[in-house]
Amino acid sequence: MMTPALMKGNEAIAESALRAGVRAYFGYPITPQSELPEYMARRLPEHGGVFLQAESEVAAINMVFGAAGAGVRALISTSGPGFSLMQEGLSYLVGSEVPCVVVDMMRGGPGLGNVAPAQGDYFQATKSAGHGDGRLLVLAPASVQEACDLTLLAFDLADRYRNPVAILGDGLLGQMMEQVVLPDPVTSLRDVTWATTGAGDGPARVITSINLEPEALEAHNRHLQEKYRRAQQEVRWESYRVDDAGVVVVAYGIAARIARTAVDRARARGIDAGLLRPVTLFPFPSRAVAEAAGRARAVLVAELSAGQMVEDVRLAVEGRAPVRFYGRCGGVVFTPPELLEQIERVAAEARSS
Amino acid sequence: MKQVFARPTVLRDVPTHYCPGCTHGIAHRLVAEVIDELGIRGRTVGVASVGCSVFVYDYLDVDFQQAAHGRAPAVATGIKRMLPDRVVFTYQGDGDLAAIGAAEILHAANRGERITVVFINNAIYGMTGGQMAPTTLLGMRTTTTPLGRDAAQAGYPLRVLELLAPLPGVAYAARAALSSPAHIHKAKRAVRRAFQTQLDGRGFSIVELLSTCPVGWGLTPIEAMRWLDAEMIPVFPLGELKAPGTGDGGATT
Repeated sequence: MMTPALMKGNEAIAESALRAGVRAYFGYPITPQSELPEYMARRLPEHGGVFLQAESEVAAINMVFGAAGAGVRALISTSGPGFSLMQEGLSYLVGSEVPCVVVDMMRGGPGLGNVAPAQGDYFQATKSAGHGDGRLLVLAPASVQEACDLTLLAFDLADRYRNPVAILGDGLLGQMMEQVVLPDPVTSLRDVTWATTGAGDGPARVITSINLEPEALEAHNRHLQEKYRRAQQEVRWESYRVDDAGVVVVAYGIAARIARTAVDRARARGIDAGLLRPVTLFPFPSRAVAEAAGRARAVLVAELSAGQMVEDVRLAVEGRAPVRFYGRCGGVVFTPPELLEQIERVAAEARSS
Repeated sequence: MKQVFARPTVLRDVPTHYCPGCTHGIAHRLVAEVIDELGIRGRTVGVASVGCSVFVYDYLDVDFQQAAHGRAPAVATGIKRMLPDRVVFTYQGDGDLAAIGAAEILHAANRGERITVVFINNAIYGMTGGQMAPTTLLGMRTTTTPLGRDAAQAGYPLRVLELLAPLPGVAYAARAALSSPAHIHKAKRAVRRAFQTQLDGRGFSIVELLSTCPVGWGLTPIEAMRWLDAEMIPVFPLGELKAPGTGDGGATT
């Protein structure tokens, strides 16, 4: 039975995770995501799960490693500074092929920065799971409803690929309230025969990421990369007025919500703007971006950072169209009029060239 | 004929990678014997740490998860919280437990996690080639204290058990040595009590085993055993610092 509710993004992710059958939450307080652990502290025990506030994000991700290694669905959430501390643990989860879901509600940085919304963790989330050659699968919701839906998907993808999946949000998405239709609780049939739960009468199992033989470790890396190639089929994006767009705006998450309004206003002024919104950041919707760019005169990437996703867009566009960038950072959020001005600038530049 | 001696079934019949005179093999055997005697092989999950014993899962035939450096108590916490009826233990060296993992061991102990920690203290980093550990003795030469550990420059040997034992969450804390049959006999009893403490659901249990690193110390195996007795035991006194029924922090050496 679908129940509409008014919820904060942080709470919607927490409730969705409960309905996905999460059994373990470990975390450490950090703004702007503290509603998530607080929700879990109240509700997870009612669902027969375990909530534990760890001594640090370093410990929390390793508790997740242990719980997930014992075969249960495990969730962890944080913001930038904590996400940095989790990189070590995430590398071990990736190397050992243990699934989990990690939420990063991004805030202004670098360093301690501030608690205002930002998108400066894109590189850290999409380019490498800590040290080594591993990756996270990365999902970027743009609404509370989508945060809820992608949480269910995140747990399924984590199980399917035996890899941590990141939900990359921002302080705005975590804090704002929107109507959300919560999913029905799911009972996913999971294959956890690899989990170390005590061997019973069977052979002992090992979850490990060490392999001293370079050839064997290379083979393991090839296996991981093959997995990421297979994960290309999970690529998701949203196209809005892109089919006939001469100026394609590429933005994700909350930045895309603002860009959508700017695109509508540009259309009202006779500019053929469209919005391509990556929903999966890894795998990145490169083909969709390339196709849209192939039909366009210019591409404008808008991010709440100094320019991170723009690099992936340029790699996808491969010179088919000029790629321009507009970003605000440090917790400053651009406005629709501000983006409209940028769309007009890029459109004029494309006309004159 | 009555059988009086056998290889523990949990101890795999394979040569170890440890150096001659290293006591990891003895410690492994004690853990294997205790798991055998308690009949818990099928419901035991070990957590391996980073150090020479990272491959402990090659030798002990139980489920194992391999943790990042120092994080074994956090990983064990995650496992035990999910599977409270399983027996969960970590096997950690002094660098892993007392340096990089100081926060994780302290808080696991303080939460009274019902896990057992086997703590190997050989006063040195073995795997990385003999650098100073938190437990390195004053004056002791290592590759990073070439003139001997100087307290003014590198602090003092850290007595982890003395820090942990007073915590209410800690139910059992004991230190033993692996340098002679008599010491090994006591060590075996301590390992067994530590596991029994977990089975009884009493709280956090830790047993510190003073161990040798002949290669890291630059001694022969026999010299290393003697050096342990003469130099380490005075700094790290043996005995049960805390056991069920002895009260908080009570020593029963």
